[in-house]
Amino acid sequence: MTSIAAQQERAPGAVKRAAAPAGRRKLGRKGRERLAAALFLLPDTLGLGLFVVLPMLLSFVLSFFQVSGFGSYEWIGVGNYERMFNDPYFWSSMWVTAKYVVILVPTLFVVSLSLGVLMKQMLPGMAVYRTALFLPHMLSLVVVGLLWKFMLDDQTGVVNKAAGEAGLGARSWLGDPGLALYAVIAVTVWYYMGYYMIIFLAGLNEIPRELYEAAKIDGAGPWTSFRQITWPLLKPTSFFVLIVSTVAAITGTFDLIFVLTDGGPANGTAVAMFYIYQQAFVFGEYGYAAALGSFLVLVMVALSWLIFKATKGGRFDDEH
Amino acid sequence: MSIDTPAGGTTTAARPTPLRGPGRRRARAGLTVLAIVLSVLSVFPVLWLITSAIKPREAVTDGKLLPEDVTWENFRYVLTEVAFDRWLWNSFFTAAIITILALFFHSMAAYALARLRFPGRDGIFVVIFSTLLITPPVILIPLFIVVREMGMLDSYAALIIPPLFNAFGIFLLRQFYLGIPRELEEAAIADGAGYWRIYWSIILPLSRPILAALSVFFFLANWNAFAWPLVATSSENLTVTQVGIASFTTQYGSNWNYILAAAVVAVIPMLMLFLFFQRQMVESIKTSGLK
Repeated sequence: MTSIAAQQERAPGAVKRAAAPAGRRKLGRKGRERLAAALFLLPDTLGLGLFVVLPMLLSFVLSFFQVSGFGSYEWIGVGNYERMFNDPYFWSSMWVTAKYVVILVPTLFVVSLSLGVLMKQMLPGMAVYRTALFLPHMLSLVVVGLLWKFMLDDQTGVVNKAAGEAGLGARSWLGDPGLALYAVIAVTVWYYMGYYMIIFLAGLNEIPRELYEAAKIDGAGPWTSFRQITWPLLKPTSFFVLIVSTVAAITGTFDLIFVLTDGGPANGTAVAMFYIYQQAFVFGEYGYAAALGSFLVLVMVALSWLIFKATKGGRFDDEH
Repeated sequence: MSIDTPAGGTTTAARPTPLRGPGRRRARAGLTVLAIVLSVLSVFPVLWLITSAIKPREAVTDGKLLPEDVTWENFRYVLTEVAFDRWLWNSFFTAAIITILALFFHSMAAYALARLRFPGRDGIFVVIFSTLLITPPVILIPLFIVVREMGMLDSYAALIIPPLFNAFGIFLLRQFYLGIPRELEEAAIADGAGYWRIYWSIILPLSRPILAALSVFFFLANWNAFAWPLVATSSENLTVTQVGIASFTTQYGSNWNYILAAAVVAVIPMLMLFLFFQRQMVESIKTSGLK
């Protein structure tokens, strides 16, 4: 942050010098390079500062205020955090988020890694399968929500019709508090599996083919070469997928929940992000929502750190 | 991560593993069947969406994949009963402007970070990179307050300006620019070209492939944006497609024929984009990944 500020402060000075009577000749090659760099960087640093870094800092500051109505801020210290610790609805939303993350992330990981490995096998018609598996990701989460709400409907949905024809009982997929979260997770896996499959494919394509050939000569079967070659060399990709899908699971499912279940039934799918949105934009509790958001960021940082430790940082540097 | 550079990337193309014997062949047939089954499972809901949208109202929940009667009435209804054209235009306009401006600003910043020498360069890059950890939903509320204080709320500026700034593009373009050989610029500097000239007539033309990939990705992400437009605008003439169709469920309750037709209208431009730019799309996702 300080370096950006320093850089931006340097820029106006440089402009002044450039505008001096002697003209730009006086500004040496070095000076001109620095001035150019400052101007090239200006739009993005200003924008990122104003619309990403400032809100982030503001979120933390705001969490110590009671914000009521339009622009009325009252300092209440850690009041919002005290309230958070005593808010059963927030903890229930954290519990829902935890269940969602713990089930979704490993499932998505295994499904998309398997798809990546399968798609690596050069089967006839491969391009078609890849396109087909990636296709759901072209839809927006809003459309995905609408579509599955239609398909999972108790009375009229095709899922229950198919279940009925297969001799299984019809279920209230989105109306049963014990089932709705799993239905949402299944939809999320369907939506993201093609996306992470492509990322795994990219990682798989980086593994030298010679390694597999050597393993084959040594008599290794598919499972052995997966364990000895693919798995260790795919660690950076796995690390990336784990981090990104965990963060996405915590914050990125808002659109889907909003349309598909609206947090229901009985708050069964009210993940933390959805609860925070409600506090801010339904009840106007910006300060409280900011405190909850800050807490969520803390949780995400802690989780990312845990994943980093568990995977040894994806081993980006050693052993290649 | 490999990026498709004109000079040829580092991708090791997937090659068939040599298969021998009937056992291997049977395994391959099994894998092919598996791939087909998974593809069908993946595409089925999308097909279901499209075929259900052309069913008449009384048949929309009949549980049949292929409609017995095909009707365009649902589309006529949603396109005339609500301001769908306005929603589509708002989405197209904001996504297009964001894509163009973001690519312009990001490539400028990336050029400075990769090719120019100045004090604090690495520090600035680290700060920019670390903003990637701040996911947009988490700053939804404070961002709303910043935009409100700036008096931009409920305007095109609110829809366009905040989503412009995302370090992903800067990061990827910088990686790309690091790989461009120095000699290309040195010749231009010897000819007396300024930095802007170098950026504009050497760097930008060279970045065409990655800009194409990123533009598809940016356009898609912003066309599909929901949470930010939902909180940043309230006027009806600023409603974007995703917010519009989300409001359809409440307006039309269980009139699935209308809701699904609206969803199809929102999806068609993206499916067309996907079919045209499939390769760029996949590249942009691969490159948005690693390292």
